[in-house]
Amino acid sequence: MAGRTKAIVIHEGDTVAVALEALPQGLEVAVSRGQGSERIKLISPIPMGHKFALKDHGKGEPVIKYGEPIGTSTKAIARGEHVHVHNLAGKKGQGGQP
Amino acid sequence: MTFQGFRRPDGKAGTRNLVLVIPSVGCSQGAARAIARGLKGVVYVPNILGCGQIGDDQALVSKTLAGFGTNPNVAAVLVVGNGCETLIPESLGHQIARSDKRVEVIVIQKDGGVRKTVALGKKIVREMLAAAADIVREPIPLSEIILGTECGGSDYTSGLASNPAVGYASDMLIAQGGTVILSETPELIGAEHLLARRARTPEIARKVLDAVAWWERKAIEGGQNIREVNPSPGNIEGGITTLEEKSLGCIHKGGTTPLEEFVEPAASPTRKGLVYMDTPAHDIEQLTCMVAGGAQVVVFTTGRGTPPGSPIAPVIKITANRDTFLCMRDSMDMDVSKVVRGKETVKSAGERIFEEVVAVASGKITKAERLGQRDFCIFKVNMNI
Repeated sequence: MAGRTKAIVIHEGDTVAVALEALPQGLEVAVSRGQGSERIKLISPIPMGHKFALKDHGKGEPVIKYGEPIGTSTKAIARGEHVHVHNLAGKKGQGGQP
Repeated sequence: MTFQGFRRPDGKAGTRNLVLVIPSVGCSQGAARAIARGLKGVVYVPNILGCGQIGDDQALVSKTLAGFGTNPNVAAVLVVGNGCETLIPESLGHQIARSDKRVEVIVIQKDGGVRKTVALGKKIVREMLAAAADIVREPIPLSEIILGTECGGSDYTSGLASNPAVGYASDMLIAQGGTVILSETPELIGAEHLLARRARTPEIARKVLDAVAWWERKAIEGGQNIREVNPSPGNIEGGITTLEEKSLGCIHKGGTTPLEEFVEPAASPTRKGLVYMDTPAHDIEQLTCMVAGGAQVVVFTTGRGTPPGSPIAPVIKITANRDTFLCMRDSMDMDVSKVVRGKETVKSAGERIFEEVVAVASGKITKAERLGQRDFCIFKVNMNI
């Protein structure tokens, strides 16, 4: 199991990582970001290609991927939790200011 | 650097050497299809419009069909009209003839009904085929390529690997003096500020932002929050949560160079380099708009797997999802999935894509061509009457 990259952080400023395979709840995943590396315990199962939080987000906080906001948390999201349509919503596409 | 292409009378260069049959209205589509049937090197566009459009849509239909006719991948054009449609077949013929290629117009109501028109049409396209066979490939500078870029059926691998790799290839083509079209405005939403920042002039930046605002407003007027249909269910299953996230992955296809020009849907770029075309994100409408604007070759990234092709332009399918590549080998031209796991660099995959673009421009057949994927759909804004 060791050595195989299981998840990646695309941009140094991101608050989520992307799972490169289906990852079970409870797994400790090593993610590298910039020069550093950290271990994150998954508190929910993460399907392949889906995101998990690198930090605790309060409700209404921006979620960052590609170094840019991809939306706002609709409820509190804990570090290691699956981030998807159940707890993250975009702000665009509703006629707001571009 | 050069590719092997077909020089046209107007000085442009094609990657294919096709005879094209264009029905100027849905009523003559059956005749156009019958004319093209069974003749290798002859294709038709399944146009169902040309009558009953209102406002800007009349111009969009005419511009798209004329753009297909003038595209340098086409050697000669036969327009097949019915005779009473709002899009006058002769006028369409005149627009295409500006490219100095051979254009003929036949009309069902004048030429003796469907059977006689089909027989006449077959005779004409056989002559056109014989003439086209005399045109041979010659070295053409890559600066004459207009490359369309598109993504469809996106998943997490698109923004991570295939779109950045296409972006690298886009930068390489632009370094050769070529042109790259980035488009699909609904999938610019959330990333428009990044593209606007790269605009050559403030006016171009303004047009990018205005286009995004127009699509958001238009969708809401139609009773639709874009977010409810985009990302699609497949995108969401594939790990994409929000439209912003999809858009940020999407614009990677445009590489890193300045945005030189903003053009309307189906309009031809007038500058080299990166050009933004304001099109829908609907895969086939977007593809049709870019080819009508003069794209002679298209790169199309997909995560979930998307088969479409164009009647007149080769479309190179690229995926970074290994399962999709294996499942849909018959549709996928390139596998860049190693980038996802860091086993190949974006640069290396980008170089491979660039080489594939040159090979396909020079005659290598794509999977979509082999499958006979000749998809066509004209973008319009209003209802038909």
